[in-house]
Amino acid sequence: MDILRFITAGSVDDGKSTLIGRLLYDSKNILIDQLEQLEKQTKNKEAGPIDLALLTDGLRAEREQGITIDVAYRYFSTPKRKFIIADAPGHVQYTRNMITGASNASLIIVLVDARQGVVEQTRRHSIIASLLKIPHVVVAINKMDLVDFSEEVYTKIVADYASVAEQLGLNDITYVPISALQGDNIVDASTKMDWYTGKPLLHLLEEVSIDEDINLTDPRFQVQFVIRPQTEDLHDYRGYAGKVISGVYRKGDAVTILPAGIETRISKLEIAGEEVSEIFAPQSATILLADDIDISRGDSIVNTNNLPTTRNELDVLLCWMDDKPLQSGNKYYIQHNSQLQRAIVKEIAYRIDVNTLEHQSVEGQVKLNEVVKAKIKTSSQLVFDSYEKLRANGSAILIDETSNSTVAAVLFI
Amino acid sequence: MSNHHLNYLEQLEAESIHIFREIAAQFERPALLFSGGKDSITLVHLARKAFAPGKIPFPLVHIDTGHNFQEALDYRDAMAASIHADLIVRKVEDTIKAKSLTEAKGKFPSRNWLQTYTLLDTIEEFKFDACIGGARRDEEKARAKERIFSVRDDFGQWNPKLQRPELWNTYNGRINKGENVRVFPISNWTELDIWNYIKHENIALPSIYFSHERELIVHEGQLVALSDFVLRESTDVIVTKRIRYRTVGDMTCTAAVESNALTLDEVISEITAAKISERGETRIDDRVTEAAMEDRKKNGYF
Repeated sequence: MDILRFITAGSVDDGKSTLIGRLLYDSKNILIDQLEQLEKQTKNKEAGPIDLALLTDGLRAEREQGITIDVAYRYFSTPKRKFIIADAPGHVQYTRNMITGASNASLIIVLVDARQGVVEQTRRHSIIASLLKIPHVVVAINKMDLVDFSEEVYTKIVADYASVAEQLGLNDITYVPISALQGDNIVDASTKMDWYTGKPLLHLLEEVSIDEDINLTDPRFQVQFVIRPQTEDLHDYRGYAGKVISGVYRKGDAVTILPAGIETRISKLEIAGEEVSEIFAPQSATILLADDIDISRGDSIVNTNNLPTTRNELDVLLCWMDDKPLQSGNKYYIQHNSQLQRAIVKEIAYRIDVNTLEHQSVEGQVKLNEVVKAKIKTSSQLVFDSYEKLRANGSAILIDETSNSTVAAVLFI
Repeated sequence: MSNHHLNYLEQLEAESIHIFREIAAQFERPALLFSGGKDSITLVHLARKAFAPGKIPFPLVHIDTGHNFQEALDYRDAMAASIHADLIVRKVEDTIKAKSLTEAKGKFPSRNWLQTYTLLDTIEEFKFDACIGGARRDEEKARAKERIFSVRDDFGQWNPKLQRPELWNTYNGRINKGENVRVFPISNWTELDIWNYIKHENIALPSIYFSHERELIVHEGQLVALSDFVLRESTDVIVTKRIRYRTVGDMTCTAAVESNALTLDEVISEITAAKISERGETRIDDRVTEAAMEDRKKNGYF
């Protein structure tokens, strides 16, 4: 049993909340008291005895306004997998939330309303999926009940989406016709769409192979915290605690400390204080080195035969997430995993229209929910890979020095 | 390469350890809020793993409402001593006296709300900049929306509309003076994950989590332990039953479930079969209003 983290993209109108509610309900992850509460709250009795969409309603503030203001996380499991859903609202102004939810996702469910087909919002969600390199895409064509479960409608939408996907370079796309409201092709195969030979949605989610999404070939490790017990029996113990970002490390490996460039060997590997012969992504581990070197938080320990890029001027994509706009020339903190330093946004090359992928020139400021290509300069060397190559070592955040807010997602090019 | 695979508990553990190390590195004075319940016991276990072979580099803090189960307090003291942890205990009773606070009335006078005052005073007293809590997102609607690093203002208040985006595994713990961060390293665990982990790691729990005999008041279908903290009335229906606790909070706001489960395996199989969610079954306070947790969090609650 492993964990699949996925994001659902779509607006209320696409039936996203109903779909999530349906997944939780039909996989028997909803309990009696939650159901009772739902029955009490269900006002629209035409939709059935309970309104599944209410299951994912969060705060009172949202219920009052009938909106979703933020990413919520939902949990359910089947005997095969534990699932973590990032439930992000899909309206235009919420690009920021979708990026947040997408950043940890291995899979995205793009919801398409069968009556509407591929619309601007479908494109926007797919563009974000491609920008953030979500490895697997499931296109769920919903509300099939409202188009008489028509194969023709389904086939046309599949063809339309396929051309969008090709343009965006999205891989591993699966299509499934569903009715979230009536439960068709969610957990069990629909009896009303015999023409569909694929699996119901939950089976797709249970079976998508995600092992290869973890990079085990490029060893990357950043020091989070130095463990120095300084007790009598552990007087000289100096362990570099961190997460294996990618790859595998073995005792005896020749490693280089970056950005300093010092070479040494791994003398011992530990997990939770117990010695192990190797460590691999995404384990949290502790590395001990053969030589006494001055290493601190944020330094990278990498295999000497496989080095990442080390640079202090680089091209990035910035997804702006703050109400306060970005001004070219402003200074920020950049946090890349555990490494924090200062950065200046030097020049902004162009804006990417998240509805069309068009490049547009930028005059003046970059506002909330905009994505731009820019050049940044950092105060010291940044040790990284491109996002394209290694998602987990190719991303960072920008932090406003004065408000401490996280103002941008940074993807290294 | 097939042996380079983590199962779901190992993945959750790795994520939580990563979060613990971020806390220790990013904050000057973190503290782990320890209640004696299974979630905070799991937190302590994970913290030990994160910093082994060193000690946990921050204190355990218990906000003692005075309404605790004695078993949980005994467990707390024994555990802290055995791992050489610094344990700080602050009593709600003292805050009530010092600040002339008004206690809740009624049959089950909960100090749940009042403990927020003691917590905020304790944060102030020790200048804690991060408080680590065992909340899980599967527990409740408001929690489903809260970040792993949740910034609170000078009054400890949570503002759901002004949360920082939390991307990848990058945690931004930068704060201004006076603010503090509540950190929830087991956000992504479910109740069943916790139980399975406790079993896998063979973690000891207070005895009240297992079947035992107790005198109880039957109140609106819930079983509440008879204690000095509960207002007794002549109309009370008192029963003696074999029960266990599924969550451990105050004696006034935690209900028991009937059970014969004496081992972890038996507890887990009962929970797997349970048809009522954890909060609904055992927390009396959440029944008051539908938005109870949202309100408490906005006021500085964990």
